[in-house]
Amino acid sequence: MIHVIGVGERWRRDDSVGLIVADHLRSLGLTDADVRTVSGEGTALLECWSADDDVIIIDAVASGAEPGVVHRWAAHERPIPAWCFRHTTHAFGVAEGIELARTLRRLPRRLIVYGIEGADWGMGEGLSTTVNQAVPTVVDRVRRDVRRWRETASVEVERHA
Amino acid sequence: MPKTGSRDGTRTIDVGALARVEGEGAIYVTVKDGRVDDAKLRIYEPPRFFEAFLQGRRFSEAPDITARICGICPVAYQMSAIHAMEDVCGVTVDGQLRELRRLLYCGEWIESHVLHVAMLHAPDFLGYPDAIRMAQDHPDIVQTALRMKKIGNRIVTLLGGREIHPINARVGGFYKTPTRQELDTMIDDLKWGRDAAADLVRWTSRLDFPDFAPDYEFVALRHPDEYPMNEGRVVSNKGIDVGLEDFEETFIEEHVEHSTSLQAHIKDRGAYHTGPLARYSLNFDRLSPIAQEAAQDAGLERECRNPFQSIVVRSVETLYAYDEALRIIGQYEPPDRPFLDVPPRTGTGHGCTEAPRGVLYHRYTIDDEGIIQAANIVPPTAQNQRMMEEDLRAFVDDRLHLDHDELQWQCEQAVRNYDPCISCSCHFLKLHVDEV
Repeated sequence: MIHVIGVGERWRRDDSVGLIVADHLRSLGLTDADVRTVSGEGTALLECWSADDDVIIIDAVASGAEPGVVHRWAAHERPIPAWCFRHTTHAFGVAEGIELARTLRRLPRRLIVYGIEGADWGMGEGLSTTVNQAVPTVVDRVRRDVRRWRETASVEVERHA
Repeated sequence: MPKTGSRDGTRTIDVGALARVEGEGAIYVTVKDGRVDDAKLRIYEPPRFFEAFLQGRRFSEAPDITARICGICPVAYQMSAIHAMEDVCGVTVDGQLRELRRLLYCGEWIESHVLHVAMLHAPDFLGYPDAIRMAQDHPDIVQTALRMKKIGNRIVTLLGGREIHPINARVGGFYKTPTRQELDTMIDDLKWGRDAAADLVRWTSRLDFPDFAPDYEFVALRHPDEYPMNEGRVVSNKGIDVGLEDFEETFIEEHVEHSTSLQAHIKDRGAYHTGPLARYSLNFDRLSPIAQEAAQDAGLERECRNPFQSIVVRSVETLYAYDEALRIIGQYEPPDRPFLDVPPRTGTGHGCTEAPRGVLYHRYTIDDEGIIQAANIVPPTAQNQRMMEEDLRAFVDDRLHLDHDELQWQCEQAVRNYDPCISCSCHFLKLHVDEV
C-alpha cells in the first residue's frame, strides 16, 4: 500500500503547505495511493502505516534555506534533520515520530519526506507567495514517486507470477 | 540552548527552550548568596487572539473555532464552549447525549495522559533525553503506550468525526451519534487498555520521586456523583466552593512582563494548582473502585501533593477513563435525536470542564441573534504558571548542592510535572503597548 500524508496546521500560514499539497493530489484523483492529512503529532504517524507499506510525508520545514526550497529525504535510509521540523508546537512531532518508528522497527519499507521551506508561521489561512509556487513542483514529484513505486510493484508481481 | 553559570556568588540556570512541552517556553532561575533570588517561567509563544476572533461570529461556531487553540486537548475547548453556550441559552443536555460527551472526554484524557506519561515525562525519571532513547531500552513500555493511545484516538475519531480537531460535537449535542454496534466494536480494546493502564500505574509507582510536597491550594471541579469532566462547582482544599458565574470573581488573571500568557491567582491569596493532582486529591471518592484500588496499591494516599507523582496520578486517571468508557458503552442506547435545538437568546453564560491539564473556563456574551459580543477563555496552563514558578523557587532552594546539569534537569522535570500546554495559554486578547 502506498500512503501519501500531508502534515500541518491550516491556520498557521505556511505550516499548511503539506495539507495543501495533499488537497491538490486528491483533486487530481491520485487513485494509486491513500492520501490523508494529519496534524503532525508524532505517535499518530506510526498508526498511518505498516511495515510493508511505502510512504510519502509532506510537511513545512524551517532549515534556514530560501522560502519555497523543496527538500527530499529518504527517511527509511537515515534520520531526517529533526531541527528543521521544530517550528511545530508539538512536543513530539514528525521527526520524533519517524525516529521512534526506526527505534521500534516500525518504519515502513520506504519513507520519503518532502520538506518545503516556509517563511510565514503567523495566524491565518493561505501560503506566502514563494511557498505557494513550490506546491505544483511537489505535487508533480509525489506523483512521479507514486508512479515509479507502482511500476516497481508491477514488475515484482510479474516476477513472482 | 541551556546555559548555566556561576560568578560572584550568583548562579544562573537558563533553559532557553524547554523540551517535551507543548509550545515555546523557557526557565530562568537566579541564585544569589545561597538562596533562590528569582524563578521565572518565560512564555514567549506569540499570543493568538482567539477571544478577538470569536467576536462577531455565531454562537454555534465557538466550539469548532476554540478547538483550534490546541491539537492535544481540542475536546476540552469544545466542551467548555458548548456548555457555556447552553448556559446562555438555558438548555440542559442530559441522558445519552451527556454520556457521549463524557465518552469523548475519556478519549481525550487517554490520548493526552498516555502521551505525557510515556513519551514526555517518563524519560525524566529514567535518565533519558527523550522517548526515542528510552524506547531503545524499554521498547515494551513504549509499544504498549502507543497501543493505549491509539484506543483514545479511536474514541475521539468515532465520536468527534476525526482524530485531531474533532468536528462532530455541537451546541445541543452531536451532529451524528454512534450506533450501539459502533461502540461495541471498541469493548475488547478498552478492556485491554484498562488492564494496560493498571500495569502503567504499577510501573510508574516504582519510579524514584524527589521528596517534595508543597502545601498547595488545589482547584478542581467537584460533581455530586461523578469524577469531574464536564460539570461541577469549582472547589479548593482551602475553602473555595463557587458556581461558574463566580469564577472570574475568585480567580484573577494578570499580565506579567516575562510572559505572553496571562497568569492567574486566587483573589487576595496567591498561586493555585489545577490538573490531575488537584482533581484526584479533591475527588478521590468519585473514582471508580478499580481506579481507587489501583491508586492505593500503588501507594498513593487519598491526597497527593508531590507534583512528581503526577505521572502516577495521570496513569490512575487513564485507568479511570478506560473504565468509565466501558461503563458508558455498556449502558448505551442511541438517543432519538443527535442534538437538542438551542435557540439563541441574549445573555452571558459560563462553561468549565476538566481538560487533561486542569480547569478550562469559558465565558461568552451573545445577542438575541446568537452573535458573540464578548469572550473570555482561561486555560489551565495560564492558571498553573505562577504555581510552576513557586515550585521552582522552593524546589531549587533545597537542591543547590546539586551540580548544574543535574539541577537543570530537575528544574525542567519540575515544570514538566504540569504537562504545560504553552500553545493553549497564549490565546489571550489583551495586548499592552507602552508608549514612551
